[in-house]
Amino acid sequence: MTQAVKPRDNRAWYLVAPVMVSIVFTAVIPLMMVINYSVQDIFGQSRLFVGADWFNKTLEDPAFRGSFLRNLAFSIQVLIIQIPLGIVLGLGLPKKGWRSSMALVLMAMPLLIPFNVVGTIWLVFARGDIGLGGYFLNNIVGLDINYAQDSFDAWTTVLVMDTWHWTPLVALLVYAGLRAIPDAYYQAATIDGASKFAIFRYVQLPRLRGVLTIAVLLRFMDSFMIFTEPFVLTGGGPGDTTNFLSISLAQLAQAFNLGPAAAYSLVYFFFIQLSCFIFFTILKRF
Amino acid sequence: MGLELQGITKAVSGEPWLYGIDVTFERGLNVLAGPTLAGKTTLMRIAAGLERPDDGKLILDGEDLTGVSVRKRDVAFVYQEFINYPSISVTKNIASPLVRSGDFSEQQIKDRVAELAELLKLGPYLDRLPGELSGGQKQRVAIARALAKKSKLLILDEPLANLDYKLREELREELEAVFTQEDAIVLYSTTEPQEALAFSSHTVIMNEGRILQMGPAITAYRQPGNATVARVFSDPPMNLIPAKQAGSQLVLTGAAKGPRPQHFHEIEISDLLIGIFPHQVKLERQSIDDFEVVGRVALAELTGSETFLHVQTESGRLVAQLSGVHTRPLDEEVRVYLPSTALFAFDSSTENLLRSPEVSDFAHG
Repeated sequence: MTQAVKPRDNRAWYLVAPVMVSIVFTAVIPLMMVINYSVQDIFGQSRLFVGADWFNKTLEDPAFRGSFLRNLAFSIQVLIIQIPLGIVLGLGLPKKGWRSSMALVLMAMPLLIPFNVVGTIWLVFARGDIGLGGYFLNNIVGLDINYAQDSFDAWTTVLVMDTWHWTPLVALLVYAGLRAIPDAYYQAATIDGASKFAIFRYVQLPRLRGVLTIAVLLRFMDSFMIFTEPFVLTGGGPGDTTNFLSISLAQLAQAFNLGPAAAYSLVYFFFIQLSCFIFFTILKRF
Repeated sequence: MGLELQGITKAVSGEPWLYGIDVTFERGLNVLAGPTLAGKTTLMRIAAGLERPDDGKLILDGEDLTGVSVRKRDVAFVYQEFINYPSISVTKNIASPLVRSGDFSEQQIKDRVAELAELLKLGPYLDRLPGELSGGQKQRVAIARALAKKSKLLILDEPLANLDYKLREELREELEAVFTQEDAIVLYSTTEPQEALAFSSHTVIMNEGRILQMGPAITAYRQPGNATVARVFSDPPMNLIPAKQAGSQLVLTGAAKGPRPQHFHEIEISDLLIGIFPHQVKLERQSIDDFEVVGRVALAELTGSETFLHVQTESGRLVAQLSGVHTRPLDEEVRVYLPSTALFAFDSSTENLLRSPEVSDFAHG
């Protein structure tokens, strides 16, 4: 018995092929290599298959756990501070005219500065002896800021630095989202007698949902992967105070502990993927 | 009584937009008709209190409201865009003006929402979010919200413009019923003469910041006060042809001539502007008195049941609205006939109406 064969045309694959090839070289092969390292003990030429040993070790490692919790605490603080602050700034920006353009340019400046330069700026700025900010706080306000020795000061400096660097991104997203709301919405709410807060709660906030989802995702991801700023500022110190996952990972890799470093990065990578997925799913529901 | 606008002027970004509007809107439905940029929206926004007039007064039932904030007025507004609160349910959307005002008990709010849901056929969708509704349903919610407070003044700015034809017809008929039930001054704007005619109520025709004509829609259509009303309040616009009276003859520019139409007698002015609705322009001679105009096909628009044939003649471009499908090659010579009994006469210098056809001649749609 013969069956009618549905004619198939697979030529569309040729069009997808270039993308597939580049993804294979830029993402799949490197990732496979990391996976390959993560299950071996590599010492010079000798390689030994160790299975899940490095993963177990990584997950049990108190230093890893410490860094992980530090990262988590940092990201949560970043979101708690930067999202509301960005919304407030976005709402406060002038709506049109040259004031608007000027405010946007000034506010976007930190976004244009490379990470290590941001670190260097704050390295100097927060110093108690020669930095403008540190000197002001220590000698005029009367605090005792010393990020090189005080762990709270170091943590706070990194947090303030990150807020200075990235809140403008949230504010710009919010600003763009607000501009997309037709005037009629505000008028309709005014006619209903809605207060400023009611307009924010029932008109602006729901219409900002999309951009805020992106803002939360970006800020979570970026802050969870923070490396350069604490690295430049104190190299993870004082002690382990600002020793984030990426910093300890870099130390592992630089010591040629390839197996543990590979396992470490996979666990790190997996967690970022997982949390982005969770965030996205939750935020999309609202 | 009613809403009285006295000498309202308004400039929008430096350009004069409304030139001294004087009009009174009574209880019931008032239709504001006119093309885009006529100033309808600006006038409605001023009536609502969303904008201040540069000059003039706004009096509602004897109370001067000029400069009173919109928050303190008893007004509801429906927009062309479907404006609802995106994050709360249909029920809460409809209830929102009642809740905000704080003057109603929970039971009253519940009853009113149920009543409006019934009236606007929103019953099955009360628990949905506005984002989960179709365009027509979204606008029903917006209309229900506007009706909720039973405001003295209800303003609808081209509420059906963003809906497709079928929904528009359906909702328009329902709205007509709703408006007769409500004891409010309703202002309703539209760019479409057909819509204004279908409502058949008090109509104010605007163009370029001025009121051209007021009165029943059908009067404006049958007896347009001047050539501009005739153009604006007809779709496609009325054809206008310059003409001269010479003795017992009427000579259209471009050489077509014929005996002066019966109803033109007693017109003493010799320079005229002759008007004819596109649906009166024919491809065949109906009577010996028809004016024959020769031209070339410039465009044939097919709508399915009708053809709009644009004919370039020496008298300018004429549009004939023909029933059925007429495919005509471009540039083909074509003769069109203008029945003399269907002609309007306007004074060519003032463009004011001199004579309009007898009503019985409108029998043909």
